[in-house]
Amino acid sequence: MTTPSDTWAAAAAAAATPVAAEDTSCAAGARTDADPARPAHADLAAHLLRLGDDALVLGQRLCQWITRAPTIEEDLALSNIALDLIGHARTLLTRSGQLDGTGRTEDDLAFTRSARQFTNALLTELPNEDFAVTVARQLVYTHYAVLHYEALAGCADAELAAFGARAAKEVAFHRLHADRWTRRLGRGTPESTRRMQRGLERVWPYTGELFDEDDVSRRLAASGTVPSPAPLRGEWEQRVSDVVTDAGLTVPAASWSAKGGRSGLHTEEFGPLIDELQSVHRQFPGGTW
Amino acid sequence: MPAERVAAPGAHDELLAHFDALIAEGATIETRDWMPDGYRRMLIRQIAQHAHSEIIGMQPEGAWLTRAPSLHRKSVLIAKVQDEAGHGLYLYSAAETLGVDRADLLEALHQGQQRASATFNHPALTWADTGAIAWLTDGAAVINQAPLCRTSYGPYARAMRRVCQEEAFHVRQGYDLMRALCEGTPDQKEMAQDAVNRWWLPAVALMFGPPDTEAGGADARTAALGAAVSRRAMAWGIKRHTNDELRQRFVDSCVPQAERLGLTLPDPAIRWNEERGHYDFTPVDWDTYREALGDDTHWARQRIAHRRAAHDDGAWVREAAAAYAARADAGASPAGAAAGERTGTGGRDGTRSGVAAPQRTEEHT
Repeated sequence: MTTPSDTWAAAAAAAATPVAAEDTSCAAGARTDADPARPAHADLAAHLLRLGDDALVLGQRLCQWITRAPTIEEDLALSNIALDLIGHARTLLTRSGQLDGTGRTEDDLAFTRSARQFTNALLTELPNEDFAVTVARQLVYTHYAVLHYEALAGCADAELAAFGARAAKEVAFHRLHADRWTRRLGRGTPESTRRMQRGLERVWPYTGELFDEDDVSRRLAASGTVPSPAPLRGEWEQRVSDVVTDAGLTVPAASWSAKGGRSGLHTEEFGPLIDELQSVHRQFPGGTW
Repeated sequence: MPAERVAAPGAHDELLAHFDALIAEGATIETRDWMPDGYRRMLIRQIAQHAHSEIIGMQPEGAWLTRAPSLHRKSVLIAKVQDEAGHGLYLYSAAETLGVDRADLLEALHQGQQRASATFNHPALTWADTGAIAWLTDGAAVINQAPLCRTSYGPYARAMRRVCQEEAFHVRQGYDLMRALCEGTPDQKEMAQDAVNRWWLPAVALMFGPPDTEAGGADARTAALGAAVSRRAMAWGIKRHTNDELRQRFVDSCVPQAERLGLTLPDPAIRWNEERGHYDFTPVDWDTYREALGDDTHWARQRIAHRRAAHDDGAWVREAAAAYAARADAGASPAGAAAGERTGTGGRDGTRSGVAAPQRTEEHT
């Protein structure tokens, strides 16, 4: 009988084998978790929680723009994007709660966890700052999310695959929105060029975390359940660089890389965001909505 | 071209007769039809006020987007606020067919020369306010606006058909939100009642405008004045009912809904009048609302300040977009995405300048 640690070590070793970026399809998910105390789908649940938290937190940040956007069209566009993101979060959190053995609902996960229990990437919680920072954050996130959801569309879990296919199509529109604004601001006025470049510099160090691997993602990739995000990085970088260059801007140089979100170590700005998100829900214990 | 028709000597009576005939037969007036200056001005004023109300009306609910207590309610509220932005856009576009520019209308709002509905100069203090606003304020809006789907000016009527469909949905969502609170904990129900206590009278009074009949509580002079304005708007087919008729319709629809929710509408005079076949209610004391109608209240100032801050903060973005579009027009920018954007903007500009000309001619005639 193999012990969990044996299985995980094998999975990690398998995951260390480089995977071609194009090879994003997943084989039928073989179970790797032999620990009877560990829920059968704990890794997948943790993974979906990360993706769900990314969508929820970014959606929450975009909600802060609504009624404050530069044009009414942008109020409309940003609310449209936020609505899609909250929709993705609902699907992902619901599925995570089903798989993790706790039976928690989307609202249990969104409104009753502490800030430390959220596992979104730090990128998604960065404050909106000016419109250029928001566009830069959208640019790097949407290019990542489309690739990631397209990969998810090929996975063995039919429900998850269907979600990935739908989400990839929706985020492709968000990506178009971000691409166009990057070009407009990059090639607009000297001020907008300066701000857009600054926006890119601001978010760039937070992009690495999106592609980081850890034990969870390695095990999932090794078992063929869900592809690792790491191999997507090359294509992501190429695509983002094309847009940035086309906008007359400079791709920021690789420098330091922020980490921590996936393990619940967030920025100081994150606590107030979660407090605000949960304030009404927590004010009415036992409330139904 | 309408401009030429206006300029033709002695043609005015003929044009007016044609316009009156179109109104009489219930046909719509379209952008390129000649129209009396007063008709155009009344429409611009009304459509702009309506558009401003949509945009300013996003604020009280928008403030709760980040605090919605479930992800379902959050999605519903985002969709609603998004709809309001969309309504603002339809309506500003309808106004632009009359020869005005959205930027000028927004500037007039920011400068206090034009106003949004004073209903929104009340604060949304709790989560339940988002439900009360959707149920009561949007409910009032639907009753007020449903007849506008048949208003005589075609672009306005068509915009209103889309607006009303969506507003009717908001009312149901608002009612559903209130129902959930009323079926929840005592604290939730108390929050719902408190919100209704604060939003009922603004909806009854401000969403329908001042009383324009003596039966509605206006004194003889005000009623005469109100009736004269309403008569003119009705003669032109812009308006179909008096303020007080619509107000009564609203009260009649809300009372049974409130009973089903188990909420008390804050007006002890509400009771069924068998003889009239309507609910009686306390006549609107318009003086109560003088203050809310002015610019000098905390919330009136706050709503405009919020709007202006967004507008000012976004100025560099709009300048960048304009510079980019201008460069794309000059062919200096890469094609692709820019080409699609250029087509859209060019179409709108073309329409705008096309209808601006007749108005200028009219003013000079």
